Parts: sequence; structure tokens; C-alpha cells
Amino acid sequence: MNWGSAGEFFAMGGYGVYVWGSYGITAALIGFEAWLTLRRRRRALCDALASASSEAPR
Amino acid sequence: MSSQRLRLFTFAAPSRFYSLSGSLLPWLWAAAALLAALGLYIGFFVAPTDAQQGESYRIIFIHVPAAWMSMVVYLAMAGWAAIGWIFKARMASMLARALAPSGMVFTLIALATGSFWGKPAWGTWWVWDARLTSELILLFLYVGYIALVEAIDDVRRADHAGALLAIVGAVNVPVIYFSVRWWNTLHQGATITMSAAPKMQGTMLTAMLLLTFAFWAYAFAVVFVRARAIVLEREHDAEWVRGLALPTRVAARTSS
Amino acid sequence: MSPSPSPSLFGALFVRDLRLALRRRTEALLPIGFFVVAVALFPLGVGPEPQTLRQIAPGVIWVCALLAAMLSVSQLYGSDFADGTLEQLLLTGGSTTLMATARATAHWTLTGLPLVVAAPLFGLMFDLSPAALRILALTLLLGTPILSLLGSLGAALTLGLRSAGVLVILIVLPLAIPALIFGTGAVAAVDAGQSAGAHLSLLGALLIVTALGVPPATAAALRIAVE
Repeated sequence: MNWGSAGEFFAMGGYGVYVWGSYGITAALIGFEAWLTLRRRRRALCDALASASSEAPR
Repeated sequence: MSSQRLRLFTFAAPSRFYSLSGSLLPWLWAAAALLAALGLYIGFFVAPTDAQQGESYRIIFIHVPAAWMSMVVYLAMAGWAAIGWIFKARMASMLARALAPSGMVFTLIALATGSFWGKPAWGTWWVWDARLTSELILLFLYVGYIALVEAIDDVRRADHAGALLAIVGAVNVPVIYFSVRWWNTLHQGATITMSAAPKMQGTMLTAMLLLTFAFWAYAFAVVFVRARAIVLEREHDAEWVRGLALPTRVAARTSS
Repeated sequence: MSPSPSPSLFGALFVRDLRLALRRRTEALLPIGFFVVAVALFPLGVGPEPQTLRQIAPGVIWVCALLAAMLSVSQLYGSDFADGTLEQLLLTGGSTTLMATARATAHWTLTGLPLVVAAPLFGLMFDLSPAALRILALTLLLGTPILSLLGSLGAALTLGLRSAGVLVILIVLPLAIPALIFGTGAVAAVDAGQSAGAHLSLLGALLIVTALGVPPATAAALRIAVE
């Protein structure tokens, strides 16, 4: 274990802002991308459903 | 029969990709989460402090994998786009289009983390060192590709024009990198490099590699999801898509 | 119509482009006008100190030349695409690569060459030394063809698109960065009293590779756009 306490962990030897800033931005970008992409697929499926069910049944 | 063989060769009909990727996705997400958790644990709780850079070096655990992914994804994008163009393989072109936004996100991560890493070391939020500047130009290449394919309405023309641009870009990347390194060493006082990376101890390397694999798994997952979306958007008239719709058709009718 | 041998296809298209441009003389001069205004903006924005201006001069002049060249490039194929002439040209069976080269050469004659002449005059406004001015002209002489070639590729890719003008700049600029670096590096070297030989050789090599590689790519882009 590297850290004596949770406080030390968050402080990162004084570099806390930079380290957690980096990881924060990364998490935000990845989360945002994943969410947008999953939403796009869900929408595409709904649109495909809609156009399929609105056509006359074969 | 020969058309069947050709289809197999041209990397599966979109329907086959859709079902295959669908079954792989849960594993990919799980792998990404697991590898990331393991890598971060080792990176933060096992790897020691660096003698020169203190704790700030821990940013490389995401900076370096992101930078690698940004380059690998660009090459993959150019490669699949080329295959789609040369062999008229629709699925390959769709994969290329799916790769681009993810590559751009990795580039942004690499730039942002590189900036955060450089600030405590050099005092400024941006450093015009060769690798970071090349990464910035790679961002421009991604933006150019995405702007071009989004501006063209005709799907086939967009795919093929994008392929040409991606190939030209890929060929140029070594030239650009060389010229940026040249530029960096020319100007006095600008011998700032980020290559003062810490001497990588075993545990540091392990953490970085684990996170690299985590990024790989994540990239596969999110690119597959996007590719599935593109397949649905383009192939919404196809028979097999209607087959997809059936189970949820009742739900859709009752919910709307 | 008898099949035209390659040299006269090049010549015919080249002369045609020049003639068309000369009919709209003011339009042909617009890129130069932009260059003049843009270059003049920098001292206004940065301050008149000669030392600073001498330092930024090669970069400023090169970047403005780059932007000026990109401004007129979309017109290269635009009007021909709109009225169907381009399709006809591609159907004649002549070498599309040669046509692309002819177009790019015409663009360079109309935009690049005047820039090569105009730029040293502006270098004087930035207090560049005579040796630096000579090298500046030489780097632009080698560099503006590269810009015209890359620009014609961009124009072919963005044929007929609404936002073609900005799109071309976005696409071509990253590709033009090596030429920019070698060109401005040469002038900076001479300014510092060193030899520009290495930079000029690299720029020359870049020109050769671009001249050989880009026209076929432009031809492919034209075929993609017209299909």
C-alpha cells in the first residue's frame, strides 16, 4: 500500500489537481462517448422498428 | 455459390456482423471494466512513487494508452475504409465510419492528460513538444475526416471520399511526425520534451499495459455499438432488421 | 473527335483554365488581395517592433500564402462540376491524372506565382534581410506548387458541397504542415546565419513526392465525386 490515509491518496503528493483532473476528464469523455453511442444505437433500433411496423404487413 | 464466397471474403454481411457483435459485446464491456480496475489498482496501490516526478507521473497510465489507441485507431480506420473502397465491402466502410469518433476521443484524452501532465513539470498548460504537437495534428486529421464524411449526403460517395482522405492522411503521418520533430529541435530553447518519462519499474509497466488492454477492449466495445447503430441506420429496409423488430414490436405498440 | 495525345490534353486544359480566369480578372486577383490584407493585419495586431516582426515574418507570410491559396481552390472544379463539363471531360477517356495536373498547374500560375512575386515585397515591410528575402521567395517557389496540388485534392474531395470552402481548408491544412515547417525553417536558418540547404532539399523532395503522388489521388477523388 502506498497511502497512509485517504487524505494522502486524494492529495497525490500535491499533484492532486493534475492527477484527478486527468482521470476525471478521461472518465467524463469515455462516459459521454459510451452514453452517446448507446443512445444512437437505441434510436436506430427504434427508428428501424417504426419504419418496419408502419409498412403494410407482407 | 461464388457470390456466397465473395460475401464471406468481404467480411460478412451486415446481418452477420450485427449478431456476432451483439454476442461479443457483454464480454468486451466486462473485459474493459475488469482490466481497467486491475490496472488502476496496481497503478495506484502497488506502483511506487517516481523519484523525479512524484505522484504526477501516474497520469501516464492513461496518457500513453490513449495516445497509442489514437494512432492505432487511425490506421485501422484508414485500413477498413480502404478495404471498403477497393472491394466495395459495405461493412468495412461502416466500420471505418464507426472508428473515427472513438479515435478522436482517444486523441482528446491524450491531449488533455498530456496537458495536465506537463503543467506541474513545465509550468505551462501546453507544451509544443514534438509528440504532443503531432497528437494535435492527428486531432486535425480526425476532424477533417469526420467533417468530410458528414458533409456528403450520398453514403457511398462519403465512404469512398473518406477512405481516400484517410489513406492520404495515414501516408502523411510519418512525414508530419518527422517534420514536427525537425521543427521542435530547430528553435532554440524549445528542447522541451515529454520523453522524460520515468524509468519504468515493473509494476508501473504492468499497470500501463493493463490499462492499454482495457482501452482496447473498450474501443472494440464502443466501436461495435456504433457500427451496429450505423448498420441499423443504413439497412433499416432489410428483411433481417424486421426480424429484429419482432420481439419488441408488441412492446413498442403498447408503449407508444 | 480525334483522340488527343497527352501533351496537348494538358496544354488544352491549362490554356482553357487560364483563359476562363482572365475573363474574370477581379476574381482571379482576390486571393492576392486576401494575402495583402491578412499579412498587413499581423503588425497591427502584434505591434510595430522590428525585432518581433523580423522573427514572425516567415511564418506569417507562409501561413497567409497557404490560406490565400486555399481560398481560390474550390473554384477549380466547381463551375465545371455544376454545368456537367467535368463529367464530360472524365468520359473522354483521357488521363484523369493529367487533367488533375493541368488544373493544379493552372491554379499555381494564377495564385501561387503571384504570391511568389508579392511575398518578398511584404518581407521588406517586415524588415527581412536581402538574403532572407531571396530564400523566402525560393521556398515559396517550391512550396506554392505543393499547396496548389494539395488544394486541388481537397477541391476534388469536396466537389459540389455547400461548405466546400471551409472544408478544403480543414482537410488540407494538416497535410500542408511539413511544407510550412521546411519553408519557414529555411528562412529562419538564413536569418540566423546558417545554411538553408537541408530545409530546401527537404522542401524539394516534398515537392517531387507531392507532384508524383497527389494527381493520381486527385483523379481518384474526381471519379468518386462524379460517380
